[in-house]
Amino acid sequence: MSSEKGKDEVVKKNLLKDLDSRIKDIRDKKNSNKKIITVCGGTGCQAYNCKEVINKFKEIIEKRNLKDKVDIKVTGCHGFCERGPIVVIQPDGIFYQRIKPENTEEIIKETILNGKIIEDFLYVDPVTNTRIAKEKDVPFYKKQKRLIFGNNGLIDPTNIEDYLAIGGYKSLVKVLSEMEPEQIIDEIKKSGLRGRGGAGFPTGRKWEICRKAPGDEKFIICNCDEGDPGAYMDRSLLEGNPHSVLEGMIIGAYAIGANKGYIYVRKEYPLAVKNISIAIEQAKKWNFLGKNILGFDFSFDVEVVQGAGAFVSGEETAMIASIEGRRAFPVPRPPYPAQKGLWGKPTNINNVETWANVPLIIDKGADWYSKIGTDGSKGTKIFSLVGKINNTGLVEVPMGITLREIIYEIGGGIPGGKKFKAVQTGGPSGGCIPDKLLDLPIDFESLTEAGSMMGSGGMIVMDEDTCMVDVARYFLTFTQYESCGKCVPCRIGTKQMVEILNRIVKGEGKPEDIDKLEELAQTVKNGSLCGLGQTAPNPVLTTLRYFRDEYEAHIYEKKCPAKVCTDLIAYYILPEKCVGCLLCLKNCPVEAISGERKKVHIIDQDKCIKCGMCYEVCPPKVKAVVKLSGKKELEEIQKKQKIKEDK
Amino acid sequence: MEKRINIKEILNKHKREKKELISLLQSIQDKFGYLPEEAIRQLSRFLNVSENEIYGVATFYAQFRFQEPPKHLIKVCLGTACHVRGAPRVLEELERELEIKRGEVTKDGMLGLEIVNCVGACALGPIVIVDEQYYGQMTSQKARDLVDELRKGEG
Repeated sequence: MSSEKGKDEVVKKNLLKDLDSRIKDIRDKKNSNKKIITVCGGTGCQAYNCKEVINKFKEIIEKRNLKDKVDIKVTGCHGFCERGPIVVIQPDGIFYQRIKPENTEEIIKETILNGKIIEDFLYVDPVTNTRIAKEKDVPFYKKQKRLIFGNNGLIDPTNIEDYLAIGGYKSLVKVLSEMEPEQIIDEIKKSGLRGRGGAGFPTGRKWEICRKAPGDEKFIICNCDEGDPGAYMDRSLLEGNPHSVLEGMIIGAYAIGANKGYIYVRKEYPLAVKNISIAIEQAKKWNFLGKNILGFDFSFDVEVVQGAGAFVSGEETAMIASIEGRRAFPVPRPPYPAQKGLWGKPTNINNVETWANVPLIIDKGADWYSKIGTDGSKGTKIFSLVGKINNTGLVEVPMGITLREIIYEIGGGIPGGKKFKAVQTGGPSGGCIPDKLLDLPIDFESLTEAGSMMGSGGMIVMDEDTCMVDVARYFLTFTQYESCGKCVPCRIGTKQMVEILNRIVKGEGKPEDIDKLEELAQTVKNGSLCGLGQTAPNPVLTTLRYFRDEYEAHIYEKKCPAKVCTDLIAYYILPEKCVGCLLCLKNCPVEAISGERKKVHIIDQDKCIKCGMCYEVCPPKVKAVVKLSGKKELEEIQKKQKIKEDK
Repeated sequence: MEKRINIKEILNKHKREKKELISLLQSIQDKFGYLPEEAIRQLSRFLNVSENEIYGVATFYAQFRFQEPPKHLIKVCLGTACHVRGAPRVLEELERELEIKRGEVTKDGMLGLEIVNCVGACALGPIVIVDEQYYGQMTSQKARDLVDELRKGEG
């Protein structure tokens, strides 16, 4: 018996030694001084047509026979989506942005062959007006702490060797050969890692409950449903560094005692599905997945499941129902999935970003990890910084950083010199945070106190041209539509709230509507079964808390202060500015504009459908079309127009 | 009349288990562009699950269509970032220009209009996607040109 065990140990040691030498070979192979052109191949850059850029580079390298001088690598998302397509020349880290296919020839000739930096393609810092050559010096990246997301730009996500070369699967080997499952759970608990999917439940404790739950068969699930509009960090991780998520899952499965895992991906994310599927196949070949992983007495397999487009699927129990092939209806908890989940077996669900944190914690240790962040929230968080912001993109920052730092120092502020109004965090379940809270250090607690939540990490910036009542209506319309309809407060309550909000933006709001909204919000919050309903009123409650005056303006003055709500605005051509160019007249879809060349044009308010086309096409130099809102402004205009017509 | 529909090839790739239902529906839609009635009938026999139940699941999820898709599908992103950047105006212009509402198809079956909740390319917002091609920084005017272009391509 003991000699059998001894034999096993020898086999294991040999397997690990073999793995070690294979990884060393990969590193040696990669350590040449060869230049590498990395092109961001994330969905954002693909929308900018980076594929053409990649093909062009490949073509030139082929044609000029430069294969031994330079490599081309298609990487995952670099995060700075605003400046795509992004090309970084390694090992120097030269950062080129907004690269077009026709620029490729010059890059090969100048930078690759002559070692010169091409000024025109560099990023210009809008504050100092200087050109910045290296990726690490760009202000967008400087303030970030890219522990989880940083490797995206260095590796080809479809090549496991790239991940191995930067220390990938080291943590898996470590836990299998050195740690007991309980030790891993302790380490995760000590690290202070909390779920990145929204609620922030301590990950280690979640694992522990599932490990201790009775039953031989257990499951783990990776949640990449990411339904929050305006959030795409989970997708970019799964696209750009799928092995890090997979490694985290394998470690988690070992700690929990699960042999089967599912990755639930939104169907709108085809590239993520493709890359994680490739990663699974590669991991199987290397025996990081499959039977007796690396010779140890632990087997684990992973399957990808594609969501079919229902926001509620992101809720744990609804996701389980969806994987089982049913409607994604949530069920009351307890029992929690950790006790009774997929097919009634103990199941642990974590979000993509949570899983990706695991290998890092194992590698660097809980003590190191827990030094990053605030008392209650450890580590970093990836946010998707979008909306009215100069530098749209994905940013990874330590917990405890302030909103001001993210929006102004990393995000570069608001475009067009406009004024900041609010930032919306936490998606449809979150809330709007006003400018007076810009210095709030962000973590799970502070955001909840402000009436919002961390959520999965969407961060939508809004400027003075955003109407907060309209935003609240937008989110509520979304949750109302996505409500699965199972429980009454959510199904009917959100519907009633949307109707009140529709009334208010139409200028038909009644004074009692604000109280009614607040009352309904409390009912929906307290009476709903799952997170969707419990958090659905948050956008309304926070806008009522911080922007009540806007609601009041809509109701009492029939005025939309941001001039967004169609029924409360009018377009008007300033006679002193109009040059009579006929542009608005020709573009008006309902022929509501009259006038002749070089004569002042007039909008017939009765015919106008307020589509805003005239406002859009009026040349920026002229800017004769203005938006008006509120009884007072409108009446004045009507009077003026009347006088003119009488003349 | 529906064309001859045979989903044997798809069925052969899946286990006869109820958990395969959504994945099977996805494969069927991938092949036909929608879920034909006849395919649902065959699927019902294969899984031994009633057609009623299959429709119950299929109609719950936004992905599934029950009619033949138009030749070109115009998708307007109404994610939050696109919304605050003016996507609703773009959508309204498209509705006016195509003379259909969201979720509908033009009479000639050529163009369809749909909304999506965030495609995660927020830097380009407002975004319109036609047959997987992205059109960024849309305005009402650009939307009108896009429709013209699509119609010309068909003319």
